[in-house]
Amino acid sequence: MSFEQFLFYFFSAILVGSAVAMITVRNPVHAALFLVLAFFTSAAHWIMLEAEFLGILLVLVYVGAVMVLFLFVVMMLDINVARVREGFVRLLPVGLVVAVGMMVVMAMVVGARVFQVESPGRADADYSNTEAIGQLLYTEYVYPFEIAAVILLVAIIAAIVLTLRRRPDSLYMDPAEQIKVQRKDRVRLIKMEAEKK
Amino acid sequence: MQQAMMEFWDGLPVIMQIMTKIMMIVGPLLLVVAYTTFAERKVIGYMQVRVGPNRVGPRGWLQPIADSLKLLLKEVIIPSNSDKYLFLIAPVLAIAPALAVWAVIPFDDGMVLADINAGLLYLLALSSVGVYGIIIAGWASNSRYALLGGMRSAAQIVSYEIAMGFALVGVVMAAGSLNLGEIVMSQQGSVYHWFLLPLFPLFLVYLISGVAETNRAPFDVAEGESEIVAGFHVEYSGMAFAIFFLAEYANMILISALTALLFLGGWLSPFEGILPESAFALPVIGWLLDSGIHWLLIKTAFFLFCFLWFRATFPRYRYDHIMRLGWKVLIPVTIVWLFVLGVAFALGIGPWFA
Repeated sequence: MSFEQFLFYFFSAILVGSAVAMITVRNPVHAALFLVLAFFTSAAHWIMLEAEFLGILLVLVYVGAVMVLFLFVVMMLDINVARVREGFVRLLPVGLVVAVGMMVVMAMVVGARVFQVESPGRADADYSNTEAIGQLLYTEYVYPFEIAAVILLVAIIAAIVLTLRRRPDSLYMDPAEQIKVQRKDRVRLIKMEAEKK
Repeated sequence: MQQAMMEFWDGLPVIMQIMTKIMMIVGPLLLVVAYTTFAERKVIGYMQVRVGPNRVGPRGWLQPIADSLKLLLKEVIIPSNSDKYLFLIAPVLAIAPALAVWAVIPFDDGMVLADINAGLLYLLALSSVGVYGIIIAGWASNSRYALLGGMRSAAQIVSYEIAMGFALVGVVMAAGSLNLGEIVMSQQGSVYHWFLLPLFPLFLVYLISGVAETNRAPFDVAEGESEIVAGFHVEYSGMAFAIFFLAEYANMILISALTALLFLGGWLSPFEGILPESAFALPVIGWLLDSGIHWLLIKTAFFLFCFLWFRATFPRYRYDHIMRLGWKVLIPVTIVWLFVLGVAFALGIGPWFA
């Protein structure tokens, strides 16, 4: 077994193990952390496939941002594990049907002819994955790329608009107003005659 | 002699070579971290007209050693209702990325552990992983202060990461590469070729968000002694606490080194292209004036001093002011400057980047 194979099996074992642990552990925070571990190891797989740009991006976006926000929410919630587990037996048949359905779909996708490509050989030492992706994205696929960017932007704005609400009851002070305050707004010097007794 | 050394080095197995290189980076780094804590107390001491630590060893030089010994010997207390595994893993998650990032930092031309072409991305990715140590420490301690500190710090790091990322995009645009060595080499020429002048707004944004990212004063609400005791590491003691400390200082040094590399030409000499060629040929002075690792160290030390200077100078920001600064001031500034850069590139204005 070459060192590369060893690395592959090592990362795969961690990936599968953490994926299984993610759905079986009871504590939601632990589950989220196992998901982080799964992302991290799959990033290692991508790097081994010479797609270091995508691998690092996976860590940057999913591990560094998305999962942090997930953890944020999960830590704030006080989830009652017993209630979540209720109805496990009752819903089991439905779950099984969904699981089998997904297995079939996945088998069809993986087995489809489109995905059965010859594995490309090793690239040269000076091959830059970042540059290759950039070249393709900004030349051949520039329109799909720009459209995807616009859709994402719309989604961001929509999410903000949907959750934005004015809270007239909250005692919020505008920092800009506070900073703009001048001495003459706060202090007034008054000249007074000394009072007689 | 040199020949024999080279032969010996080449004869070593690859893993030994890599290990030696790692030791040569991590060893001095930890020493610098230890003495940064000493420098911090001394510098702030003098700024506040005090003397600072001066009892242990000559003029207090052994103070960091005594501190670390003390922390090593102290008991690590695990709070009774905490999540034990996560409580112990959290410091590891804080220090590991802080050290791993140094793999891609070039110290001189070609003097780098891992010369990968997406170095800057790797750096951003790993520094965003560091936030887990803080969040997990805050949650696993099962303490309200710790949780609040962890939440504040995570929100702050996630927000400032965006401004920082945009500032780095400007550097990448100017340099045309994600490799740190190439970024430095594209600033070659003279002081006017450094990215400091053309990217000055981005430099300021980077430095400010770097201070915020490391949770240092004036953005240290995550620790906020006056409000939440000490934030995410209240429950930690002994070596577990010391590791958070190490991670914070290692990150500080990293941000200083990166500012030097990205905006001040790293190891390039400021006299390059200004003094005549004959000046660099002088025996010792020439070597000192010429580009080399000492310039990187000097620039890094300067920014490290700035970190301490800020701490002694500015009062702590309020939490909502920090968020406002990050989202409403720094991010728009970077976006505007990226646009300016784009226009300048499109019109081919100015020989900025030689």
